Amino acid sequence: MYDLIVVGGGPAGLAAANSAYQKGLRKILIVERDKELGGILNQCIHNGFGLHRFKEELTGPEYAGRFIEMLKDTNVEVMLDAMVLEINKDHEVHVINAEKGYQVLKAQSIVLAMGCRERTRGAIAIPGDRPAGVFTAGSAQRYLNMEGYMVGKRVIILGSGDIGLIMARRMTLEGAKVLACVEVMPYSGGLMRNIVQCLEDWDIPLYLSHTITNIESKNGRVSHVTVSKVGDDRNPIPGSEMEFDCDTVLLSVGLIPENEITRAAGIQMDGRTNGAIVYENMETSVPGIFACGNVVHVHDLVDYVSAESERAGAAAADYVLNGKSEAEAVKLVNGNGIGYTVPQQIRVSRVEKLADVFFRVRQVYKKSVIEVSDGEKVLASYKREHMAPGEMEHILLTRAQLDQAAGDTITIAVKEA
Amino acid sequence: MYDVAIIGCGVIGAATAFELSKYKLSIAVLEKENDIGMGASRANSAIIHAGYDPKPGTLMARLNVEGNAMAEQLCKDLSVPFSRIGSLVMAFSDEEMATVRDLFDRGTKNGVPGMKILNAQEVREMEPMVSDQVVGALYAPSAGIICPWEYTLALAEVAVVNGAEMKLNTQVEGIEKKDGHYVIHTNKGDVEAKYIVNAAGVQSDKIHEMVAEKTFTILPNRGEYYLMDKCEVERANHVLFQCPNKDGKGVLVSPTTGGNLIVGPNAEAVEDAERVNNTAAGMAFVRAKAAKSVPSINYRNSIRNFSGIRANSDHDEFQIGIAAENFVDLAGIKSPGLSSAPAIGLEAVKLLKECGLEAEKNEKAVTTRERIHFRTLSDAQKQEVIKKNPLYGRVICRCETITEGEIVDAIHSPIPPCSVDGVKRRAGSGLGRCQGGFCGPRVVDILARELKVNPMEILQDGEGSKILLSETKQEVNA
Repeated sequence: MYDLIVVGGGPAGLAAANSAYQKGLRKILIVERDKELGGILNQCIHNGFGLHRFKEELTGPEYAGRFIEMLKDTNVEVMLDAMVLEINKDHEVHVINAEKGYQVLKAQSIVLAMGCRERTRGAIAIPGDRPAGVFTAGSAQRYLNMEGYMVGKRVIILGSGDIGLIMARRMTLEGAKVLACVEVMPYSGGLMRNIVQCLEDWDIPLYLSHTITNIESKNGRVSHVTVSKVGDDRNPIPGSEMEFDCDTVLLSVGLIPENEITRAAGIQMDGRTNGAIVYENMETSVPGIFACGNVVHVHDLVDYVSAESERAGAAAADYVLNGKSEAEAVKLVNGNGIGYTVPQQIRVSRVEKLADVFFRVRQVYKKSVIEVSDGEKVLASYKREHMAPGEMEHILLTRAQLDQAAGDTITIAVKEA
Repeated sequence: MYDVAIIGCGVIGAATAFELSKYKLSIAVLEKENDIGMGASRANSAIIHAGYDPKPGTLMARLNVEGNAMAEQLCKDLSVPFSRIGSLVMAFSDEEMATVRDLFDRGTKNGVPGMKILNAQEVREMEPMVSDQVVGALYAPSAGIICPWEYTLALAEVAVVNGAEMKLNTQVEGIEKKDGHYVIHTNKGDVEAKYIVNAAGVQSDKIHEMVAEKTFTILPNRGEYYLMDKCEVERANHVLFQCPNKDGKGVLVSPTTGGNLIVGPNAEAVEDAERVNNTAAGMAFVRAKAAKSVPSINYRNSIRNFSGIRANSDHDEFQIGIAAENFVDLAGIKSPGLSSAPAIGLEAVKLLKECGLEAEKNEKAVTTRERIHFRTLSDAQKQEVIKKNPLYGRVICRCETITEGEIVDAIHSPIPPCSVDGVKRRAGSGLGRCQGGFCGPRVVDILARELKVNPMEILQDGEGSKILLSETKQEVNA
């Protein structure tokens, strides 16, 4: 019997395991499907990781390395090259690997840290041929950075998610010509710093409110792409077509938390995040099962993944060492302009001093105020100069503010100045 | 000199090779693509129809019902996913209920077992998610769903194990009669054979015309589909059809053997018989039509679009028969071609014998095939196979839980794949919701390792479909 089994050895799982160890757990296992720890950070060889956490600019593997290093002084067990096929409410973890075969392991607590996957061409139904040369940005990144191969010479990027932007620069550095980055929304899906550093600095045009309306091929490989402007309804406008001769399309059209085993375990899900519904301490609807990182909601910065996961690890330790404690929860309601919040529920009596709330807005806002209210009464408000869907927002609610809430819901909303 | 040359290795060529390989015959199968089953067999509704659609008395009617009856045992023997889930043809008006009754009568004449006409309430009990506009349906319990890739592969693999020679990348350019046998000119040189079977799908009219007068014309017809994530599979328990019209059986909604939901197809006459693209209009049409059957399908859960080309001809009937001396046509095989395939294979043997083929049974011929589908094993069986071969303990495709063991099995199967999609069709890797985003690079690695080639030579799919263009740190001419 383990105190804690962490499913996934990427940044979320590493931080959760470390933090649970610091809080006193001693029988901890990390199950990782790849042959090494670090998760997707291993293929993110650009810098910019750790600015918040370590106040320096690290590459992805360096950032992961810091956390892997911390494990060295612990007795946390790591099972690599192993796949969790199933978990259940009784805290059983079904796992296979080549060496140990099929095992059912029991744990007092579980942290889910499986990360996310990329949306594909199929998810957005791009018309045209189906040749080689259409990659998700992440798989192209793996080929390029880990395997050492170029997947294309003349590239169109669809979607302005951060991986797509990073790959625009990366492909350019390797000698490819990135012809355009095409985004269906009227605003970018990625961080402003990536728009500047990965597109503008390299004179790569960004076409907002545009999408790919046809992919053509020659000899089984992409040969031509049609890009059209879209209207407010996001439907292509006939006559607005631009034509590009290219051999590659990279897709950066969104990330989806990987929650198949979560759903199968009967854990309550949030249709907005595609992740589990969690409380203030990252506990799911099943007592003793916690979730953190991109498997809960897609983050922009790994620094925040680490922080969130440390809270999940600490909460798992608290659960194992001090037992579960039932408490009334208030629900966070998404008011005007709010796409989702994490957590979705707060058990006020369990908040010591501060509760972190992360959320995304649904559109670009200039000067505005985030208002936290209990029906009529405003509990807290936060000024913002600029907010965009591509940038995750964070507020802290104090225990005192939460205690003022009379009802069983709290609404978070954007008020434009 | 071969006894029989089969031109084309879709499911029809494969079924023919399978049946012929039970005899002491030398067989060559000529396929122009780099893998088998690359035409209509790879992109279709994956349905084994019950057989109430074709006009009674036609070959289509007889072969469909016979092929359907054969499918279950054959799939058991060949380790092919098949499930007899039954189908509903739903009516949305009294007029359409009349069509349903006509189909029932047709089915009865065609020998379809167990059919029943259902009222609206009975339909809803079986299918809670269908539209409340449904007034009744024809229920045919013998209809089934199948994996058409594995069906085609399994039939052809057994033929190869029995000694048939599979000649991939071999395009037929002309056929000559010489000294009482045929000389088939191909891009890979001449192939000589006493008998020819024309199973060339959308190209079958051109092959026919190499030896005989024109009697039919292929009219390629494209159908577009959505394949949905497993979370959508609950929308249908049976194959859900609407009433057929002049364009075919209409848009269906059905579970697949892989546990997904398939939605489609439309029907559109096209010029290019080899181009399988999707169009915005075609996909919109499919969505609109499917909404009539099952309004709640959520297309945000689409994982892939595809299209296939039907080898329709200018006759509403399979073009099966002796077209010239020692030359058998299995042409114009439109729907229900997949359903009819094993019966068409038997039919081909019968016609070849009529032509004079002397065939002695090969008692040593195998008629079964085994393969490990890891995810369908019990926990104890999983433990056991991993113990025997640790590669079954390494999951490569995490969406579909496909192990390295299964991928290596596929690569060393009787008809070895040379592409990532070839592995997908055999092992099922990359079929899931991430569409190979994670496992693609790993499958490239495994293919390169097992085939002992440079990863840059590994293709996505057909000839020319290169994945990797160069190594990094090289000069790029963009």
